[in-house]
Amino acid sequence: MSIKKLGPEELLALDKFSVDEGHPHILVDKSICATCTAQVCLVVCPARCYRLKDDAVNFEYAGCLECGTCRVMCTGKGVTSWNYPRATFGVTFRCS
Amino acid sequence: MAEDKFDAIVVGAGPAGSACAYTLAKQGKNVLLLERGNAAGNKNVSGGRLYTYALELLEPGMYKRAPLQRKIIREQIMLLNERGATTVDYFNPGFGEEVPQSYSVVRAELDEWFAGEVESHGATVASGVLVDELIEENGKIVGIRSGDDEMRADIVVAADGVNSLLGQKAGLFPDVTAHAVGLGVKETIELPDSLISARFGVKDDEGAARVAIGCTDGISGGAFLYTNKGSVSIGIVFNLVQAAKQKRQVQDIFQDFKMHPAIQPLIEGGTSVEYGAHLVPELGYSGIPKRLHREGFLVVGDAAQFGINTGLIIRGMDLAIVSGLAAAQAILKSTKPSETGELYTKQLEALLLTANERAYENFHNIFEISRIFNAYPKLANEAMQFLFTVDGKVPKPMLKGLLGVLRKNATFGQLAADGWKAYRSL
Repeated sequence: MSIKKLGPEELLALDKFSVDEGHPHILVDKSICATCTAQVCLVVCPARCYRLKDDAVNFEYAGCLECGTCRVMCTGKGVTSWNYPRATFGVTFRCS
Repeated sequence: MAEDKFDAIVVGAGPAGSACAYTLAKQGKNVLLLERGNAAGNKNVSGGRLYTYALELLEPGMYKRAPLQRKIIREQIMLLNERGATTVDYFNPGFGEEVPQSYSVVRAELDEWFAGEVESHGATVASGVLVDELIEENGKIVGIRSGDDEMRADIVVAADGVNSLLGQKAGLFPDVTAHAVGLGVKETIELPDSLISARFGVKDDEGAARVAIGCTDGISGGAFLYTNKGSVSIGIVFNLVQAAKQKRQVQDIFQDFKMHPAIQPLIEGGTSVEYGAHLVPELGYSGIPKRLHREGFLVVGDAAQFGINTGLIIRGMDLAIVSGLAAAQAILKSTKPSETGELYTKQLEALLLTANERAYENFHNIFEISRIFNAYPKLANEAMQFLFTVDGKVPKPMLKGLLGVLRKNATFGQLAADGWKAYRSL
């Protein structure tokens, strides 16, 4: 194996996730995000759960690392609810 | 479901929660330790290095049983520019003698072991349990709710980490703000021990800890590198306020650091096995909430924002353990519920946690000097380049050359201002 620059999908593929289908632990109101000019989530989310799709902020909770950055940094209040995933779901770190 | 009543419920099986539950269980208390991960450590990420004194405080010799990685005897500081690196390498085998000062750790292993220790003293450890709510009666916290289950105790200890939703629910403090926390990102890279030891100049049970600046696109923050057994932890901690003011994704900045010509050879041949992220309390003493207790409720560890970061020394887990111990001692000493909180404050002082935090009270102000993260690492490398370049041409006089490098990167006014700010912070 050689060390190389890893893209967002490659980085998340290293981790073990158990996705709570249909139960997002973070709620994002896209209509609020549409009016947000800062959109800092795009830059600071270390899992890149927030990305632009057709010029709109799109949120995908499946690869969330549960760090809390978006909750702390969301200036536009588009993150309307932030919780940890229900027990047994979410990311499992095995060697960090 | 039938109600259970415990002497104490500890929420979160990280170092703070486990230290608290361990001490209580050892003294015969009926303790419930709850962990939202499927096993303790599953949700936790840290650099990480543990300063051993904290485990010694909890129980002398305990560190010998712990799954620690390498004892850190090499401290390295790296100043990076685009392609170059100037490294200060401090080797002190004394740090590894008697009770070694610090060890690199892998949280999945450490936390699971720690929870096991708690269990061995008769506590109930329940993993895969997310605490949703606190139960409050007559102005006192009397238990927790998880789904449809209610569990009650004389005291609830919140060791639920930097985001401490429970501390907020108890009304003790508002949510953390952007300037109070840093964002740490980290990759774990497996590498044979023989390569790690050779590349970092240590024996197989010894390790190096490295911090690096000049690799964050000018954002206040720094990188870290810890040698473990069979792996290397590499990452960056970013100031979030500044990260939000620029346009590059933090992941990209981190990956570029990993591929820096002075870093990549250290991990070459390795295998990336995990990527994690976590918030880090950044403000030290001034970031600690004024209220860490109310009747029936104590806050410990990251949840209380205990942290010390001097850029060279990064402490969190040791303070977590000390605070967990302080909470347990307060609970054990307390003769009535209303005095436990004040006793906790006193124990934090008695165990010197408060004094340690105060000693670095203004230190975080130093990280507002933006040139530390860009201009000064550049300056160091350009000065080195000037000093070491031999190309057959007539070299500039030494002083003139160095002054030229200096002026290119900072004015004397800036140097004086930064020097004054640094002086005031120290």
